Amino acid sequence: MIQFLDSIGYTAWVLPALLIIPLVGAAVLLALAAGGKGDEPGPARTARMIAFLTLLVEFIVSVGLWWSFESGAGWHASVDVPWIPTWGVRFSIGIDGFALMMVLLTTFLMPLTVLGGWTSVRTKVHSYLILLLVITTGMLGVFLARDLFLFYVMWEVMLVPMYFIIGIWGGERRIYASLKFFIYTMAGSILMLVGIVYLGIQSGSPITGAPDFSYAAALELSLSPAASFWLFGAFFLAFAVKVPMFPFHTWLPDAHVEAPTAGSVILASIMLKMGTFGFIRFALPLFPGVAMDPTVRMIILVLAVIAIIYGALVALVQPDFKKLVAYSSVSHMGFVILGIFALTVESVQGALMVMINHGISTGALFFLVGMIYERRHSRLIDAYGGIARVVPMFAAALTLVALSSIALPGTNGFIGEFLVLIGAFKTYPVLTALAATGVIFAAAYMLWALQRILFNKLDKDENRHLPDLNWREIGLLTPLIAAIIWIGVYPAPVLRRMEAAAHDLVQRVERGPPSRFPRHTMAP
Amino acid sequence: MKTFDLTIPSQLMTALAPDITLTVGAMALLLWAAWGRESIRRQRAVGVASMILCGIVAAMVVFFMRQDVGVGPGPIALDGFRWTADLVLLLATFATIALSMDYNEREGITSAESHVLLLLATSGMMVLVSARDLIIVFLGIEIMSVAVYVLAGMNRRSDRAAEGALKYFLLGAFSTCFLLYGIALVYGATGSTNLTTIAERIGGTGPISPMLLIGMALLVVGYGFKIAAVPFHMWAPDVYEGAPTPVTAYMAAAVKAAAFASFLRVWMEAFPHVLAQWHYGIWWLAAVTMVAGNLIALSQKNIKRMLAYSSIAHAGYILVAVLARGNIGSSAFLFYLFAYTLATFGAFAVVVVLSGRGDRYLKIEDYAGLWTVRPWLAGSMAVFMLALLGFPIFGGIGFFAKWYLLQAALDSITPLTNLSIILVLTSVVSAGYYLYVVMVMFMKPVSRADSEPQPSGRLTQWVIAAAAVLILAFGIFPDPVARLARSSVIVPIDR
Repeated sequence: MIQFLDSIGYTAWVLPALLIIPLVGAAVLLALAAGGKGDEPGPARTARMIAFLTLLVEFIVSVGLWWSFESGAGWHASVDVPWIPTWGVRFSIGIDGFALMMVLLTTFLMPLTVLGGWTSVRTKVHSYLILLLVITTGMLGVFLARDLFLFYVMWEVMLVPMYFIIGIWGGERRIYASLKFFIYTMAGSILMLVGIVYLGIQSGSPITGAPDFSYAAALELSLSPAASFWLFGAFFLAFAVKVPMFPFHTWLPDAHVEAPTAGSVILASIMLKMGTFGFIRFALPLFPGVAMDPTVRMIILVLAVIAIIYGALVALVQPDFKKLVAYSSVSHMGFVILGIFALTVESVQGALMVMINHGISTGALFFLVGMIYERRHSRLIDAYGGIARVVPMFAAALTLVALSSIALPGTNGFIGEFLVLIGAFKTYPVLTALAATGVIFAAAYMLWALQRILFNKLDKDENRHLPDLNWREIGLLTPLIAAIIWIGVYPAPVLRRMEAAAHDLVQRVERGPPSRFPRHTMAP
Repeated sequence: MKTFDLTIPSQLMTALAPDITLTVGAMALLLWAAWGRESIRRQRAVGVASMILCGIVAAMVVFFMRQDVGVGPGPIALDGFRWTADLVLLLATFATIALSMDYNEREGITSAESHVLLLLATSGMMVLVSARDLIIVFLGIEIMSVAVYVLAGMNRRSDRAAEGALKYFLLGAFSTCFLLYGIALVYGATGSTNLTTIAERIGGTGPISPMLLIGMALLVVGYGFKIAAVPFHMWAPDVYEGAPTPVTAYMAAAVKAAAFASFLRVWMEAFPHVLAQWHYGIWWLAAVTMVAGNLIALSQKNIKRMLAYSSIAHAGYILVAVLARGNIGSSAFLFYLFAYTLATFGAFAVVVVLSGRGDRYLKIEDYAGLWTVRPWLAGSMAVFMLALLGFPIFGGIGFFAKWYLLQAALDSITPLTNLSIILVLTSVVSAGYYLYVVMVMFMKPVSRADSEPQPSGRLTQWVIAAAAVLILAFGIFPDPVARLARSSVIVPIDR
């Protein structure tokens, strides 16, 4: 496989191609939309096919990375060209062990999101698909960026398509939810903008005075403790809102519940990961001094444990199944933060596993919620009951996915949370013990919800004639379920590819800040 | 490098060639406009001629810009800052005339003089941005203002316009008094009106006379009125609302830009040694303007008033560039001005299209469901709103403008960290009203009685398309603009 990839010069073009392919698809759709007649069945179907095939090609192209990046150490397939030379901004992308998994997760899920909205989105289909394609580029850009400026641009770019997806194709309170999502995220990340400008100026050349926004330069920068502290705060806020960490999570239930299925899946499976990815990529390595500070770490870890327990408890009492899944995300993301800030190799690897698994399992849950909502037009748990007899395939899929979300051994969910707990136990035994209760609560809310939806008595007439999964839905769920089982049974290939990156991160943070002086103290 | 000696009249004439061309051309057009009967056709013909004149003057400016000329002592600057500011002003004028031609036709304004008045106002602005002497500054401001007073009341049949114009005239005259008094006090303290001489007389050390400080304060007030900084902004919303929409765009972009450019030059050239004395004054002016402009804009229902308050907020952002002294400050200023001009003209052009005959539809709610009726128009308006918000890629160059401001603020001799934080936080507030427009257009059902807006004029469409395309193109490749802005700095006189 590697020989084949080498023979086509794969690493030289793969990353730019990944960013461009969705945009090409979007351009084609835009041209078709300009022709008019968007919402008639024929053209809409063509548009869906185009979007689906574009994202499928995107996935196939990205899969090569799995083999070409066997070792997972260092940067890979980097591309670096000047973008705005006047300001020292470069278009610099590359992939490492962390980014690899996130990129593959994104490209894996995106074609499925098109399938997931195949019949539920009926108005303005072209625009909807264009936004899905554009958002793909934005998300991949965040994971690939090796330049802080580029990173910020990509980070913000995703907001607008998501705003429209929620606001136009969302549920009843969509306008409120979309605005809340936008303002929260923007308010969180705008201080990071100031931080990035500051870092760029600090690492700029002392001779020409041109700023330098590259990630490598920022890593070498040594900042005063006070400056590091405030910069960490700015980055922390941006990422904490995105994750979302308790108490910045209040936008999440609204946005996830009101978004259309594809929007919920993208939000939960990929966008939330950007927050935790930001911690791994930027907040920790750039400001190791602050991240190692016991007080700061303790505060963040306590917030993470609160999120785990609080998210689970709130999920327990939700009457709305989609909201339950949304709050379960808060709980799962707490595990990720716990793993990252416990800062052992196992816990960091575990955190990354949880990110992948949550992406797959919660994505699958949102797809399933979307499917049943399309049939019954209700998300309330009480509206169902005993439907396992009516829709057996749906019930089987939901049960399996729910079990993986609970982290049952043998499914993917187990590996991640287990690794986080093992790793974190070495450094923070008490907090880890508390966090472990989250797993129990997860079982409680998920199994109770399953019981009320699938089992119990079939006492509502509307539910007696629900159609079971069709071929499209089966095709959509099969890859997800395959991934759940594959990672649950044989996670070694995944773990191997991110081990080097996790080692590197832990070492870098423990080594502390570099000792080069910043520009302003060096210049006379 | 060729050096001009501005004490020789012929060389002074050369240095002012673009300005003189514009003024003489405008006079000729005025005669032509006055010659025959008022009619739509004549109005359009004069408009086209005015646009051509703008193009010629812009070509002259570019010619000067490419020459490497220095300048001796004298009242006129020949630096990159002047030429780039001139280009932005001419771009704004060009767009205003294009919009006016369609707007006047729809509203039945047949007087062709409106185009000529725009040209005259622009000639005042061009004098203003080149002025290196407080008397010339005053001259420029007056030429500009008198023409704009008339333009604000151009629509004689509208009560609103009359009210706005009168208000603008009274407050404008009042503010000019402040400016003039300030000039007088500065002259009294230093014995000169030439910016370079003032700087020399003040010197680096020694006590600073209170008369000078009061004079500077009065200058700030005078400029504050022109740029509509809070608390000198009271006139702006009423005037912006009442004036014909193209003229509103012109006031929001060009008038403000010219006043700002002059403010920046006076500040940096005349008072480099006493800036610290007023640092916190302007700091607070910027902070209050950003906060108040954005907060009040949140509650506006009328699109023109909303844009008026948004332009006040933008004045606050630009003041940050004034505070970030040095070359990067003036570069960031010009860059911002360019981006802001594009976005403002785009937005007001959309307002022109949608307001309908007699300006009936000016509420933001009237735009409900625009996306389903006119998707391209709604898309362009979304781009303009996001550009004003300073959002990357979708808001194109608007983001880079904010970015450059932040870079200037944080890279200046005294880093303006707190002010940068206020800037970004208030721009989050601005998301509240810019996104409201987007939300109404895209997420609400159609509400207007006549759901199909009237077809827009050809020229208006061109302005909208050009603004959107430029915003998006420079939003991906901003380097040409960044390079131009970086090379366009205020060059002190060679000695």
